[in-house]
Amino acid sequence: MAKATLLRDPYNIIITGVGGQGNVMSSRVLGSMLADKGYFVTIGETFGPSQRGGSVMSHLRISGKSIWSPQIPEHKADIIAALEPIEAIRVLAPYGNPDVKILCNTRPIYPATVIRGEEKYPSIEEIKKSVTKLASDSIFIDATEEAQRLGNPILANIIMLGAICGSRTLPVEKKNFEEAIAGRVKPSLIEINCAAFDVGMKLSQG
Amino acid sequence: MSYLTDNKAGAEHLLMGNEAIVRGALEAGVNVAAGYPGTPSSEIVDSLAKVARERNIYVEWSTNEKVALEVASAASFAGLRSLCAMKQNGVNVASDFLLHLASSGIRGGMLLVACDDPGALSSVNEGESRLFAHLVEIPLLEPGDFQEAKDIIKWAFELSEEIQNIVMVRSVTRMSHASGNVKYGGLPDTEVHADFKCDGQLFDPERGPMISMAVGAASLQHGPQQEKIKRAARIFEDCPFNNYTGPERPELLIITSSACNLYTREAVNLLGIKKRVGILKLATTWPLPPNLIEKHLVSTDKILIVEEVLPILEGQVKILAAEMATEIGAKIFYGKRSDHLPSVGELNPDLVVAALSSILDINYESVSETFVSEAKKLAERATPDRGLTFCPGCPHRASYWSIHNALELDGRKGFVCGDIGCYVMGTLPSGFSTVKTLHSMGSGTGVASGFGKLKQFGMDQPVIAVCGDSTFFHAAMPALANAVHHKSPFTMVILDNSGTAMTGFQPHPGSPENVLGETAPALDIEAICRSMGALVETEDPFNLEATRKTFHRLIEIDEGAKVLILRQACALSPERKNKKKYEMHIDEAICLGENCGCNRLCTRIYGCPGIVWDTEKGVSRIDDMICVGCGVCADICPAGAITREEVE
Repeated sequence: MAKATLLRDPYNIIITGVGGQGNVMSSRVLGSMLADKGYFVTIGETFGPSQRGGSVMSHLRISGKSIWSPQIPEHKADIIAALEPIEAIRVLAPYGNPDVKILCNTRPIYPATVIRGEEKYPSIEEIKKSVTKLASDSIFIDATEEAQRLGNPILANIIMLGAICGSRTLPVEKKNFEEAIAGRVKPSLIEINCAAFDVGMKLSQG
Repeated sequence: MSYLTDNKAGAEHLLMGNEAIVRGALEAGVNVAAGYPGTPSSEIVDSLAKVARERNIYVEWSTNEKVALEVASAASFAGLRSLCAMKQNGVNVASDFLLHLASSGIRGGMLLVACDDPGALSSVNEGESRLFAHLVEIPLLEPGDFQEAKDIIKWAFELSEEIQNIVMVRSVTRMSHASGNVKYGGLPDTEVHADFKCDGQLFDPERGPMISMAVGAASLQHGPQQEKIKRAARIFEDCPFNNYTGPERPELLIITSSACNLYTREAVNLLGIKKRVGILKLATTWPLPPNLIEKHLVSTDKILIVEEVLPILEGQVKILAAEMATEIGAKIFYGKRSDHLPSVGELNPDLVVAALSSILDINYESVSETFVSEAKKLAERATPDRGLTFCPGCPHRASYWSIHNALELDGRKGFVCGDIGCYVMGTLPSGFSTVKTLHSMGSGTGVASGFGKLKQFGMDQPVIAVCGDSTFFHAAMPALANAVHHKSPFTMVILDNSGTAMTGFQPHPGSPENVLGETAPALDIEAICRSMGALVETEDPFNLEATRKTFHRLIEIDEGAKVLILRQACALSPERKNKKKYEMHIDEAICLGENCGCNRLCTRIYGCPGIVWDTEKGVSRIDDMICVGCGVCADICPAGAITREEVE
């Protein structure tokens, strides 16, 4: 299969969020979209002992040449997509660089330490300002609110996936998503997932 | 049809390492698979179960890993191919049978797939399973990428049949739970016939009984067993999964295996030193093939061994180097014993970069110092720790709440002996720091049984053990039998959430259905405990008042083992997921906030993620996106500000 040249090879994407947000699902859908196009895809997933509530991230490596390490080397992320805002910052420190593209959902999920009052959660304005200062190519998306408008907040993960694909950095199109999602959700849910993907695509294109 | 059984020529799929192992087993025509769930191994048996009917495989989640290995061995004795999968701690459990199985040998090809967890990402330790292969003298194979995770399985089955012994295949979290492209081979015919031939003489490998009985005659079995491992070493000399990339005479030779192969390749690429260093990637890490090792050791003076956790491969290479010293000369070794790589935690490309930079005196900077320090400062300021906590609506939070409060009221400094499951978080503030001992599967009850007998030395603290329903069957039953028989006074709380929840709701002997979806006799935990002679009570942990009262009554009984079963399904279980029992409300007019005197009991202490503190209004608030409507917090609020409304 003829493959478009990647902006960088390997091209490194981190999808991060909180356990329960559908992080793993979105990384696998994106991975199979690219694998189906003939690329080598390596996905590394980090999920801790808690199925929900902990920080989680998936590392995706896209390459025309080979499989790569399931852990992206430090400061080598090309895209960081965060389903939760402070998780963008958590990942930016070890994996970011001045050229990284950040796609960030704005809806906070408060950590237990914040709920207990032991730690403070930064304001969304502060998050936006400081992230943009470090990584100038940053887009903030109200993915959870958009997902609630579609009827289910869990669709934020697919909206963010649409945003990644809409950022014109990967050789993928809507129809690749349609093919990839079809095998993973019940037929009755395909339409709503496609609608969520469209919302994300549009939002990332401004 | 599952993508795992795609039989089109040239098919290629993006597979998790565990799925690649499964596809390899299918291509090898595996007939029987068994295991006990444990991260990162669970997807192996789960995925095989999904295609069991289609591929004529018998699959089960066994009571524990030792039983799983026994079940799988029967298939091998009857001439079939079998596979047994477990996490590293499971190998400890299975090791008693494993030692004897390695002694009796096998007939049909048999694999033990052990999935280790360097860094203890999902475990209570980062224990090594590799040393078991050394200890019981069986071959150890470690795939170095996803394609190999599939391909090596068929080869391992053939090896097992060739040497007539079980073969251990070891994966790690970053192989098992990572994904990559895998090219498929064909699937074989699934018709087989099981027949246990046992009419031959003792120690006849073809038709004799399958026994491990070298009593007083070690050479009869142990000798032939050691011949098998020597044969494996000879076969390993030409193993297609051992390979070398690099110059003929490298400045530095790197010897590596498993996921470290991928980290090493990445590090060499990042540093641009392909022409200076060579990588010997080994799949056969025990026993090492001496000629292959010699051929590469002789090519250079400096050797770096890249492996995770303990320096096991490093030790083996050094033994061979010492034996070959006159042929290969003196070498400088780098690795863990030289402190170039840590012996704790998992590795990654950057740790290998650091080791290589130090050995080869290279200056590596991936990004400017300014960026690093600013991003770090921001992270320190703006990323509150997520810590570990129970899911919203988790029954364990409610159970620990009642246990903790009852122990506080009791005032005799009672404590809980913990066990393995999500409820290990009873050691943390999320479980109100109630759990004071924590070790292995089933050990909470055993340790509690011991504490109970310390009364004669003046210990008067109430002793509690907790254990989950799957853990009860796995290893806590013998400990309870011990406690009842020895009249050890303690209270065992069985946190029954209706499945092996932490690893993805695998069934256990108390489940009404097995992994193949067939109706199965569900063993009754109450009846078992009662027939053992324990006093047994059952409560719903979401009923806080009844739970606390019953628990308190039990811990006041000074004699014998008591059992309290706290039964409520896991919040993520199929029966509760996406089904709210209650809509929860907080009346801002009633919530007294900081002035209540409760000291924010709901958010600060109970800490369910479904309730958040609204700093602006100074009241608590339900986070509708997170709350799953278990209703418990309504009983916690002393002001009565939290109410529940049953969902139709």
